[in-house]
Amino acid sequence: MARNRPVRSSATGHLTGEGLQPVPRYAHGSRVPGWDDAVDLTKDPAGVPDPAVVAVPADLRAQIEDFMSRYPDARSAAIPALRAAQEKYGWCSPDAIEQVACVMRLTPGYLAAVAGFYDQLETRPVGHRPVYVCTNISCSLRGADALLASLQDELHDDETVNLRGFECLGACDIAPMVSVEGVYVGPVESPEEIAELARQIRAGEDPLPEKQLLRRPCQDPGAVS
Amino acid sequence: MSQKILFKNIDEPGLATLDVYRARGGYGDRLRKALSMPKDALVEELKASGLRGRGGAGFSMGTKASFLPKGQMDKYLVCNADESEPGTFKDRELMQKCPHMLIEGMIIAAYAAGANKAFIYIRGEYQQQAEILERAIEEAKAAGLLGDRLMGTDTSLTLWVHRGAGAYICGEETGLLDSLEGKRGNPRLKPPFPANQGLYQGPTLINNVETLATLPHIIEMGASEYAKIGVQNSTGTKLISISGHVMRPGNYEIELGMSSRDIIYGLAGGPGDGRSVKMWFPGGSSSPVLTGDDLDLPYDFDSMAKAGTMLGSGAIIIVDDQTSVVDVALKTAQFYRHESCGKCTPCREGTNWTVKMLERIKSGEATPMDLDLMASVCENIIGHCLCVLGDAMAMPIGSMVKKFRTEFEEYIEMARARAERELMAGLSSAPAAQPHHPVAA
Ligand SMILES: Cc1cc2nc3c(=O)[nH]c(=O)nc-3n(C[C@H](O)[C@H](O)[C@H](O)COP(=O)(O)O)c2cc1C
Ligand code: SF4
Ligand code: FES
Repeated sequence: MARNRPVRSSATGHLTGEGLQPVPRYAHGSRVPGWDDAVDLTKDPAGVPDPAVVAVPADLRAQIEDFMSRYPDARSAAIPALRAAQEKYGWCSPDAIEQVACVMRLTPGYLAAVAGFYDQLETRPVGHRPVYVCTNISCSLRGADALLASLQDELHDDETVNLRGFECLGACDIAPMVSVEGVYVGPVESPEEIAELARQIRAGEDPLPEKQLLRRPCQDPGAVS
Repeated sequence: MSQKILFKNIDEPGLATLDVYRARGGYGDRLRKALSMPKDALVEELKASGLRGRGGAGFSMGTKASFLPKGQMDKYLVCNADESEPGTFKDRELMQKCPHMLIEGMIIAAYAAGANKAFIYIRGEYQQQAEILERAIEEAKAAGLLGDRLMGTDTSLTLWVHRGAGAYICGEETGLLDSLEGKRGNPRLKPPFPANQGLYQGPTLINNVETLATLPHIIEMGASEYAKIGVQNSTGTKLISISGHVMRPGNYEIELGMSSRDIIYGLAGGPGDGRSVKMWFPGGSSSPVLTGDDLDLPYDFDSMAKAGTMLGSGAIIIVDDQTSVVDVALKTAQFYRHESCGKCTPCREGTNWTVKMLERIKSGEATPMDLDLMASVCENIIGHCLCVLGDAMAMPIGSMVKKFRTEFEEYIEMARARAERELMAGLSSAPAAQPHHPVAA
């Protein structure tokens, strides 16, 4: 079973690339701002947006209101609502957050803090199609850092793609693996395969259909009925 | 070969649909039996099965269910499907191929705990699995298996799928609850424990996917039969995710107490290519590492604890003899630095400094004394934080430094020598003055 053999890019250094988006830290080493910049005490805090002023597209409003109605407490809809806004605008832009805040009757600051906590919610402008390459232990042991570098070479000029290294995606059995807009594929090993995957991502095609996780049988020999 | 309980028929086409699942005994007599038992008797039955939580901590499932207060109030059941512990991917296979097994287990657990609202908190990256679960819930609702007075009993249950958005710490039960309430996923101070004050301040039972999916089988077999599988204090079968340097990475269902060698070599084929196992994580990246000398340990909760590590989520990661321990340590530390929620200083700063020290080792700026410093940083994290994420970095890193100290020291020497050579070469070959050419755009 050649495809299950450990593959590595080189004898050493295959585990070195960080690949992950660094957690932002300020010059003083902390994660919180405020050391270097004084707080503007004259500025009013942003309150809950006024529905008369903030225009929210009808489809987004309907989606968010639907989420809010599903939970015993409407605030639980914060993540689904932010995800819906991100799907519409490509990222959680200040405008997108203001619109969600307006529908949910929360402050933009609260939602910005929520969005900033989660890796899948983007608080900086990025391509709207997420492509995650897992660079955690098991995938790195099988060549994930080289895979991420190759895909970066291939796709760096495609602005619709948000290509990033990611923590363990829960698919170490198909390491090294990639999640293309939520579709898991792996193992992605040979240069030809990587090139083909990059082409498919660019073209928006179904990624490596033969290697998609959903088609993979269970490895346990006793599970065959 | 171990008996298959959860993985029996798992690859049968259409098992994710209600019809096929029913044909395999799902939602049938066993569920009716559970729902006709008095709640206390059901909880006692779960306790008697000896089932220990499959999410990481290994706490008795039945005992946890018994902690919820009795009486009329809103109580909740939450299924932890965050599955972000590096190396773990067992819940994914279960949810994707047999979502109804989880739903049936949740009906039983909710009934036992007296909860009528339940959530599956699934990690945001599992988009395909979330869609499969949602379809299955719709099917179950339409068939009267969920909702008001399900299956004609007095019990009601509403079940939601809630998707996270990418944060390891939301697997920690109280971080999960905050995240489910629409907040940042920061863990809460305990006590109060979720059994008393959990979701929306109500009593809440939280269990892992695999734990809950096992319940229908316990009812079907009877607790005493189930408790005969496995070994004392570690009853039943366990799903094992095995990855890294093995020939056949994947999920396997084993009887607890099986020899680790049989799992790693017998089932997964070992590292292959004439290589050997240098070290392995027995229970996800948060568990202290074991070495090639520990391969004959039985794989169960107590044996792992006795060996100074833990069974955790049942995720075995194999690292072969060609890989540097420093590289693995750095990858591990980077993960926890990235995932620390930042609430406690020892965890937030300790993970950051550990990464920095490991980077110094790699770039040749460290001395062997830095190893002691690193060990002391790790020691100061353990037990000093709100949740165990900080410990989850400190323990494996500490165990690597302890078990592979010589290799760390050799690496430090080698990296220092290399850095010095490069510095000298840089000094002698650098031109005295760089002519300054403006670059034409
Ligand atoms: C940092 C951290 C991450 C965790 N991640 C998960 C996880 O992804 N899935 C899970 O089931 N339990 C996870 N746990 C364990 C849960 O806190 C909790 O113990 C478990 O969900 C209880 O279910 P069980 O008793 O069925 O195992 C995590 C714990 C910690 C401290
Ligand atoms: S130990 Fe770390 S992850 Fe846990 S609460 Fe404290 S800072 Fe957050
Ligand atoms: S380490 Fe890559 S999916 Fe788990």
